Amino acid sequence: MGKINTTATKGTILHRLLKWLRSGKGQRTVIMISFMSIPLLLLIIFAYLPFLKMFEFSFYNMKYIGERKFIGFDNYRDVLTDKEVMNSLKLTLYYLLGSFVQLALALYYATMLSFKTKGGSFFKGTIFFPYLISGIAMGFMFRFFYTRGFVLDTVLSWLRFELENLPYWLRDKNVNNMALVATSVWKFMGQNMVLFIGAIMSVDRELYESASLDGANRWYQFRYIILPSIKTIVILNMILSITGSLSAFEPPYVITGGTRGTSTFFLLMHNMAHRHQKVGKASAMALILFGLILMVTIGQKLIFKYGFTDSNEDISQKTTRMLRKQRAKEGKQ
Amino acid sequence: MTIKQRTFYILRTAIKYVSLLIITFISILPTVSTVITAFKTKEEYGSTNVMTLPKSWTYLSNFVTAWKDANMGLAFRNTFIILVFVLLGSIMFGAMLAYILSRFKFKGNELIRNLFLFATLIPGIATQVTVYQIMHSLGFINTMHGYITLMMGTDVISIYIFIQFFENISLSIDESAIIDGCTYYGVFFKILFPLLKPAIITCMILKGVSTYNEYYMSNLYLQNKSKFVTVSTSLYTFTGPYGNQYNYICAGVIITILPALIIFILSQKQIYSGLTQGAVKG
Repeated sequence: MGKINTTATKGTILHRLLKWLRSGKGQRTVIMISFMSIPLLLLIIFAYLPFLKMFEFSFYNMKYIGERKFIGFDNYRDVLTDKEVMNSLKLTLYYLLGSFVQLALALYYATMLSFKTKGGSFFKGTIFFPYLISGIAMGFMFRFFYTRGFVLDTVLSWLRFELENLPYWLRDKNVNNMALVATSVWKFMGQNMVLFIGAIMSVDRELYESASLDGANRWYQFRYIILPSIKTIVILNMILSITGSLSAFEPPYVITGGTRGTSTFFLLMHNMAHRHQKVGKASAMALILFGLILMVTIGQKLIFKYGFTDSNEDISQKTTRMLRKQRAKEGKQ
Repeated sequence: MTIKQRTFYILRTAIKYVSLLIITFISILPTVSTVITAFKTKEEYGSTNVMTLPKSWTYLSNFVTAWKDANMGLAFRNTFIILVFVLLGSIMFGAMLAYILSRFKFKGNELIRNLFLFATLIPGIATQVTVYQIMHSLGFINTMHGYITLMMGTDVISIYIFIQFFENISLSIDESAIIDGCTYYGVFFKILFPLLKPAIITCMILKGVSTYNEYYMSNLYLQNKSKFVTVSTSLYTFTGPYGNQYNYICAGVIITILPALIIFILSQKQIYSGLTQGAVKG
């Protein structure tokens, strides 16, 4: 009797389950679980778990293998009082300056190439292409480029510079960081430019036409039509360049290896972890960097929330209004 | 036009093209000098200035040496396999997750979106200290599947591109399919996925470029270079014994850049629009 009963209930459970699976709600749950579990699992394993572990490690004096010792906040104190670390944070300023130069150049060339230019797509392509070259290939190219008497020195000698007066680009501490920053500008300027061209192209064409009918010159078009409409993306890129400069890594890693005062915060952290095996201290550095990035990001969110709320439409309306005013003024004169 | 306006116009055009020529020269100079050196014989490289053009543009022996010594045949094969699986995986998983997040209202939807966004703030290379331990305990070091899994994970940009794209596809398409008796799986695979084509191309380009050029993690997790060398890590061969033999090094560099150049020339427009879309995430 008992046996029959259990199979009966089993049957109903299975039956109910099948019924539920066929229902809309059941289907929903099944597809949600099956579609989200893998990406979420990957996110947890490769992003959050390492992050939490890093947090834990930062309180220990430890290597990859062997015993570890809890030392509280000592790693953080060591990092913040380390001379080398402070020096590397100063380098951030070079990279920040470089990225502002990069944005200015990108804006200049984007504005130019958004208008009819002979060979425009050729220029756009050649300026952009460095972005597609891998970091490691760039490392070799620029070590070659900056070598004494090689590419850069030869080109400068065409411009009547004497070799004796030129510095060793990667060895001289006065110029080596600038030389490295220049490679990063070389790589990313074109990418910024393409983004800006995209933004400029999305502005209503009629605005330019009505402006040029009014005899507005290029500077006027740039100042009052182009710049307002791409303000958002420019400011976003300026803020992103702060976090980018804080985590600058590639140029010194592939070109100088961080020698002669070119070690950025990120590279210092990398060497701390992999060369010196000071895992705890490296983790503390990573978390300090994360804290800085988080602060900048929160600042960015606040700026965009309260700073300005212009959408593209508002801008075009504003500009039209302004153009109309200008026209009225000229009419009076 | 008055004379003044005319001179002004000419001057402006001159400034425009001169500044374009200057930036173009700077943009191609490092690559051009690399090409020049790659075609020089060892003696020629030793005796001439680096910017002197090579005697012969058909001297390919540097390329052959670089190809053989850096084991580039294997490198291209490995990179190809990695690209296929990483693109397949990240596009499938990205589209699937985006489908759920954009079409289903449920508790935790917002939370999951934020979890992915927040993860982008964690400095990637910095966490490799602990990712390495996790990879080790999973037995993923020096395996293709391990590296592929790692590269597939947490691709936030493609998820956001897909979410944006889904939000522009009318919900009525889903609804009418459901009424016709289609399951959710059917809606996704048969109806929505084919509509995603432009977004898929965008993601393929962005992810493809970053995967092809990735060298830091492949150097860390595919240390057995005789078996798992990739196109970018194959260049590490030239760091040791080659020292300053730049004629070979440059040839190697050119070989790795060439595929990127070809793809770029063939699909410029898609690359530009892909980048522009990828930038306005969130």
